[in-house]
Amino acid sequence: MSTFTFNPENEEKFTALLTRYPEKSSLMLPSLWMIQYQEGWISPESMRFLAEKLACSPMDVYAVASFYSMFNLKPVGKYHIQLCKTLSCMLRGSQQMQAHIQNKLGIKPGETTKDGKFTFSLVECLGSCGTAPCMSYNDDYVENLTIEKLDELIDGAQS
Amino acid sequence: MIVKIVSKNFDIPNSHRLDVAREHGRYKSLNSLFSRKPDDITVAVEKSGLRGKGGGGALTGEKWRLIPNPCDKPTYLIINADESEPGTFKDRQIIEFDPHLLIEGIICSSYAINAHHAYIYIRGEYVFWAKRLQEAIDEAYAAGILGESVLDSQYPLHVTLHRGAGAYICGEKTALLESLEGKRGHPRLKPKGKEPEWFFGNPAVVNNVETIASVPFIVNEGYEAYRAYGTEKSPGTMLFGISGHVEKPGVYELPYGVKMVDVIEHVCGGVLGGKKLKAIIPGGSSCQIFRADEITDITLDYESVKEHGSALGTGGMIVMDESVSIPQAMKNLFEFYHHESCGQCTPCREGTGWVDQILRKIIAGNGTHDDLKTILDACDMLNGKTICVFAPSVAFIAQSYLEKFREEFEALLD
Ligand SMILES: Cc1cc2nc3c(=O)[nH]c(=O)nc-3n(C[C@H](O)[C@H](O)[C@H](O)COP(=O)(O)O)c2cc1C
Ligand code: SF4
Ligand code: FES
Repeated sequence: MSTFTFNPENEEKFTALLTRYPEKSSLMLPSLWMIQYQEGWISPESMRFLAEKLACSPMDVYAVASFYSMFNLKPVGKYHIQLCKTLSCMLRGSQQMQAHIQNKLGIKPGETTKDGKFTFSLVECLGSCGTAPCMSYNDDYVENLTIEKLDELIDGAQS
Repeated sequence: MIVKIVSKNFDIPNSHRLDVAREHGRYKSLNSLFSRKPDDITVAVEKSGLRGKGGGGALTGEKWRLIPNPCDKPTYLIINADESEPGTFKDRQIIEFDPHLLIEGIICSSYAINAHHAYIYIRGEYVFWAKRLQEAIDEAYAAGILGESVLDSQYPLHVTLHRGAGAYICGEKTALLESLEGKRGHPRLKPKGKEPEWFFGNPAVVNNVETIASVPFIVNEGYEAYRAYGTEKSPGTMLFGISGHVEKPGVYELPYGVKMVDVIEHVCGGVLGGKKLKAIIPGGSSCQIFRADEITDITLDYESVKEHGSALGTGGMIVMDESVSIPQAMKNLFEFYHHESCGQCTPCREGTGWVDQILRKIIAGNGTHDDLKTILDACDMLNGKTICVFAPSVAFIAQSYLEKFREEFEALLD
């Protein structure tokens, strides 16, 4: 038995979603999202829990969860900065943004600050090329990114 | 040059809200839709020549005809809102500013193919847009526009929004379907002949957001009205997204057939800071690159761009000025392709990483002439037997960079 369970709200959502797909296996991604919003990441216990719910093996859940780059298989900081590094953003200065973030937070891509506040990742095209450079900050996009905008966000979160 | 068919309501304040959307013509097609035969709708779409806006430019009507009729299984309409091709950022405009246009298009299209459930697969990063779309879907349900009977038609239709989770390859339609079934996004082997797509063994149509958002105009105004724009073979309009080194990057709806140079000069205000143009990627990063001196005669339609050796793709143009190092740009894209290869086929998984490594070496100043040859050998491998077209397109773009900007690569060699 796994120690993880959905909170009542997610349990309700899960039940409602069952009626919306021809087969239960479609609930894999929606459920992984619910777990990640509930816990901040997707733990081995939560994968065992989901495997039971979907009548598959924990390995099946892991195979899917690890395929998708947005699922965190380890905990991340309170604020997750995901800077786009792809071409249109590079053309409009993403490398300067990267240098500034790294200097300011003292971490490299893929790392979390010691206080657990920030995780910094480089990601591929966010579909915001016309307002490059772009990053996502938890669930929000920050477009036409500048050093000033970065300072404002990071300093604001620090205080 | 700009025409507004799909983008007509984009500038209207609160155009995403049902009341405002309705005031501005949304759901008008429902007044007559259900008094027409489903086949009428398909015929209109066929005659309009509507081409898929997701990258391939397939004829939408032809695709819909692949659904068996009559069909003893449920049929599904799947909307591709994965929008992950670098340089592409148009579907989000529809979702942000006119989500009800998409829902209206879904209703018309579902009716044509006799689908009673449609799924919208939206890329996981688009959290704001998923929320906006869900709100619009909820509004439509509350107003009786979706549900057990679309208005008083007795035609049931449900729409479910499904979030992806960060995987470029899930934009490929069969990978998308695998993902929607709860699996890894691995493209499926293609059948020999023409078939519909399959969702849990049931026939399905996969269409891009913009394609479906173009349908209400055709249903309302007729196929001739749509054909009044564009060219004979590329009728209608497309949302072109221009990014990179232009003064006014953004999404502009244009009829097919306009000149590429005019779009850069007049619609986008020219190259940023008055610099010289060096290169253009015409339709998302998976299309072959053009040198500035090649584009004079290119018009933005499938035929012209193809004739000139590339593809119109998603209409996402990436503009590069004279300061850009093409080897660096190519390396940037190969990091992308290496990261995004789904890994099923060895040539693709290994070849993309291999090219990336060689480019790293060349850019660091440690490359040799043999390295350029090795890249071309890797392209042959990529262009071999793979499950989907990801690998061959990557091969074509690599070849185009090396061929057209050879001197820049050679300048880096010892
Ligand atoms: C690697 C790859 C990525 C793709 N990504 C997308 C995408 O993000 N969005 C999209 O609509 N189509 C994408 N496509 C095209 C789809 O496979 C499919 O052709 C399209 O969604 C069909 O809709 P349409 O005919 O309306 O364009 C991609 C294709 C490939 C090979
Ligand atoms: S070609 Fe590449 S992306 Fe396509 S199925 Fe093979 S490994 Fe996956
Ligand atoms: S390249 Fe950064 S958002 Fe597209």
